[in-house]
Amino acid sequence: MLIRGVPASPGIVIGKAFVLKPETLAIPKYKVPQKEVTQEIKRYMDALALTRKELATIQKRVEKELGESYPDIFSAHILILDDPSLREKITKIIEEENVNAEHAISQVLEKISSTFSHMEDSYLKERAGDFKDVGRRILKNLLGRKEETLSGLKSRVVVVAHDLAPSETAQMDKKNVLGFATDVGGRTSHTAIMARSLTIPAVVGLGNITQRIESGEDIIIDGHEGVAIINPQKSTLERYLDKKKQLAVLEKKLNKLKKAPAQTTDGHKISLMANIELPKEVELLERYGAEGVGLYRTEFFFLNRSDMPSEEEQFHAYKYAVERAYPLPVVIRTLDLGGDKFASILETPKEINPFLGWRAIRFCLARPDIFKMQLRAILRASVYGKVSIMYPLISTLHEVKQANKILQEVKMELRKEKKPFSKDIKIGAMIETPSAAITADLIAEEVDFFSIGTNDLIQYAMAVDRINEKIAYLYQPASPAVLRFIKHIVDSGHRKGIKTAVCGEIAGDINLTLMLLGLGVDELSMGPVAIPEVKQIIRSVSIEETRKITEKAMSFDSTEKVVSYLKSVKKPLQLLYEPP
Amino acid sequence: MIEKQLKIKHKWGLHARPAGKFIRLTAKFNSDVYLEKDGEKANGKSILEILSLALEYGSSVKIMVNGKDEEDALKTIEQFLLQEEE
Repeated sequence: MLIRGVPASPGIVIGKAFVLKPETLAIPKYKVPQKEVTQEIKRYMDALALTRKELATIQKRVEKELGESYPDIFSAHILILDDPSLREKITKIIEEENVNAEHAISQVLEKISSTFSHMEDSYLKERAGDFKDVGRRILKNLLGRKEETLSGLKSRVVVVAHDLAPSETAQMDKKNVLGFATDVGGRTSHTAIMARSLTIPAVVGLGNITQRIESGEDIIIDGHEGVAIINPQKSTLERYLDKKKQLAVLEKKLNKLKKAPAQTTDGHKISLMANIELPKEVELLERYGAEGVGLYRTEFFFLNRSDMPSEEEQFHAYKYAVERAYPLPVVIRTLDLGGDKFASILETPKEINPFLGWRAIRFCLARPDIFKMQLRAILRASVYGKVSIMYPLISTLHEVKQANKILQEVKMELRKEKKPFSKDIKIGAMIETPSAAITADLIAEEVDFFSIGTNDLIQYAMAVDRINEKIAYLYQPASPAVLRFIKHIVDSGHRKGIKTAVCGEIAGDINLTLMLLGLGVDELSMGPVAIPEVKQIIRSVSIEETRKITEKAMSFDSTEKVVSYLKSVKKPLQLLYEPP
Repeated sequence: MIEKQLKIKHKWGLHARPAGKFIRLTAKFNSDVYLEKDGEKANGKSILEILSLALEYGSSVKIMVNGKDEEDALKTIEQFLLQEEE
């Protein structure tokens, strides 16, 4: 059975499934004789102590693995566990109603989580889940149930789960995990990020895979294509085994390219950079031969958590990335919230057209408190390496000017406070709206570089909602319209003497590499694993050839013709990966 | 027992992490700590009660401290609630 999902981390894995199913706890209720009440309360206290120990262990592990910058949800859990008012309420019920601890706990916690979940404040609403989580842990310990965790994996398995929380992946015995497959999630969910930083294959958003498979059954995960295959037929299995072998050979070959420069046969150089989300991912630069970070997404800070990240916290994360990447440069993109990424803490209102709405730089300019805090953190981190800043979703020159003005104010503040920052910070504008693309010559006056966010540019250029399946066919990266946009942006930049990078998905799409080269793009920033293949292609042609290819590609009147032409010219590169 | 009325200046109110920090702060003292807003009283050592009080930037709140180290405790609490940033 083949299930399609979202490719979250590349690679192919074939193995046995380990299915993590949420179990329901049956809460017993029975009378406790008066003379045994003290004993019952002690039983409750012992369970609290055990739970506290558990939480502290997990907290330490998460910190060790994901760094201090990862949202600390566990200290909140410990506070709830030790809450005097909560404890009082529970012991009171045991004493006065002569009931067992499990019953008292579930009664109190149910009431609290229902009160919180009805609160208007979205932060408090989410706390309902924390109280439930903590209650569940205590109950499990009282009932002597072992939590089904990933800590005791005996053999190497593919973990199948509804979703994976940081607490679960933290307990995971990493060397026994071959890959992930989850019911829910997208490319920025915790599972996806975790998989990429562990460099194991993962497919998320598989619907109800947890219901379709049992532990011990065979599963194939194809993290390139975003599919999971349950109990594959012999022929499918053989095909995948074969592909895996080919991939391994390919990887070895590509590995040799790690140190080789990304330049064409006639010496034209292109910078190949990495897109990252977690500071820790800078470790992947060396591994895949990236020349720096071309896009450090900073939304992660604000998502998957319930409180506002402080300046200090952001500073430490940026410093970590910048310092470890040095001497390689890091391009930090300022907050790009909104669209499909909402942070509950910011309490942004629901919108009918979120992708056309209050997001990214528009949000930041309206909330200088949040924007300034981030800029301060970035500037302070800049002394530890090479930092550039880029603004997302620029629509007008005015926005760039406003953002730069705020940046100047922040610099003044820091100077006054005698906090150092680098004098050499380059500023870039992300060009991803048709209005910015068509006025790129104007915007170029105010910035040091362009970076084309192709995912959004394609969506806005074609006026296509990429999430709507009925019109998804219109999302065409190689359409004549998109090609003309890119050409116009690159040419406008070059005329003003600034460089253009491409940092959307297409930067890592090997079918489009030759064309992007021919269009004159100076830098490609992509998921680091894609770098070796792209480099291989760049090293196989001359810049003259790519210009001819692009010229020809741009003469076609339909996307289909462009795509089939590009496929035909790519053919000679036999060793490239083709999905089975 | 000593008391004091003040307006919260902490940037993010007593939401989220600041609330957690506040609890860790009050836990250091022997004295009992209570906060009162709009006639509602909360145990200053309980995250549950503090969160339920929904203290925001600018909220007016009465602090009541009772115990051996009440003066030290009040001073520390006041400092925390009046600082503008973490």
